[in-house]
Amino acid sequence: MFSNRYIFIYSSSMVVLVAIALTIVAVLLKPKQQYNQRVEKMQNILISVHIESTAKNAEDLFKKYIGESLVVDDMGNVKDGVKAFDVEMQVENKKKPEERNLPVFVCTNDNGQKFYIVPVRGKGLWGPIWGYVSFREDLNTIEGTQFGHKGETPGLGAEINTPKFQDQFVSKKILKEDGDFVSISVVKGGTPDSDEHGVDAISGGTITSKGLEAMLRDCLKEYTAYFKKIRK
Amino acid sequence: MSNFKLLKAPFNMENPITVQVLGICSALAVTVQIKPAIVMALSVTVVTAFSNLIISALRNTIPGRIRIIVQLVVIAALVIIVDQLLKAYVYDVSKKLSVFVGLIITNCILMGRLEAFAMANKPWPSFVDGIGNGLGYGLILVIVAFIRELLGSGSFFGHRIIPQWLYDAGYMDNGLMILPPMALITIGTIIWLQRSKNRDLIEK
Repeated sequence: MFSNRYIFIYSSSMVVLVAIALTIVAVLLKPKQQYNQRVEKMQNILISVHIESTAKNAEDLFKKYIGESLVVDDMGNVKDGVKAFDVEMQVENKKKPEERNLPVFVCTNDNGQKFYIVPVRGKGLWGPIWGYVSFREDLNTIEGTQFGHKGETPGLGAEINTPKFQDQFVSKKILKEDGDFVSISVVKGGTPDSDEHGVDAISGGTITSKGLEAMLRDCLKEYTAYFKKIRK
Repeated sequence: MSNFKLLKAPFNMENPITVQVLGICSALAVTVQIKPAIVMALSVTVVTAFSNLIISALRNTIPGRIRIIVQLVVIAALVIIVDQLLKAYVYDVSKKLSVFVGLIITNCILMGRLEAFAMANKPWPSFVDGIGNGLGYGLILVIVAFIRELLGSGSFFGHRIIPQWLYDAGYMDNGLMILPPMALITIGTIIWLQRSKNRDLIEK
């Protein structure tokens, strides 16, 4: 039989040893894991302008196509000293609107067309949802979208990251005829193709669809001032 | 039992999935494609082998009253290490496996082997037993994943192998194969085949 003293010492030293081992592993592997996350972010930004990349060539393609990236504030002024790629929307969304850093990535494709890519982030049903929206040069028409989620229901809310859902956004417009901001609504029961400001929601994924609609409205709205400034 | 028998038994007569019916949950979840199934199988093999080794080496020092806790701490630590390695070196696969790597901790095969084998045997046979059981589990995973990927997506290791003319002739991938219920039915079929070959496995 082991004494209580033995059990106590045994378990405490075991826990300390395991903690040390895990800390060492986590610290050693952290740079590699962060690199993977950066590459994934590059791939996501590229896919919003329909550029397919693999983990291997993402960095090169990103350098090639994303010529310029900047951070603006909600008044549309360009902020210096902040790197657009390092801005985490998760952190920015907690700040007051006037203090937020709003990243913009400018992409020039092989045909010389210019696209503006902005990140969006909001709430789904079970956790955060996020994505990138790219605009054509008129800063009104959507060129492409890429959405991701932490843990929406597979087959229902999780459908937001399928091409079928994302492709609906292509050529939709975020401004009314008179130039007012309307964003894109995600309509339950569908909407005709001629509707410039709406896409079909996901059946069974109502709350995720609503969350996505709110995410687009809230995040894109903050860029209104900047977009107005550079729109000719 | 000799070491070789320890290694071989889990492949057929003592298979963790089809005979002991352990680890079914992950077998249903990660068998849509072959690649994640193989990574999962290797992860489980590494964790069973090393947790068996460590627990067996410590078996005479582990107080009986807290042995389950000690086993769990060892398993949890190993699983976290494996998870971190996957995130660092095979990021895309680790995203597909998502929570299931973490859930190796609760995989019944691990605790089952520790309690039934490692606590009563020397380190080397325990290590071999762990490898055998991990691979026996992996074998079923890969078979199920092969069938599901072939019929569900028409591909093998992510490469399309069903020729286009077959699709043109009206063949369609079976979407149901991608959903978990078909994994259960596939495993059930494997169990049925195995038992009809090995009559000893049929309970009286």
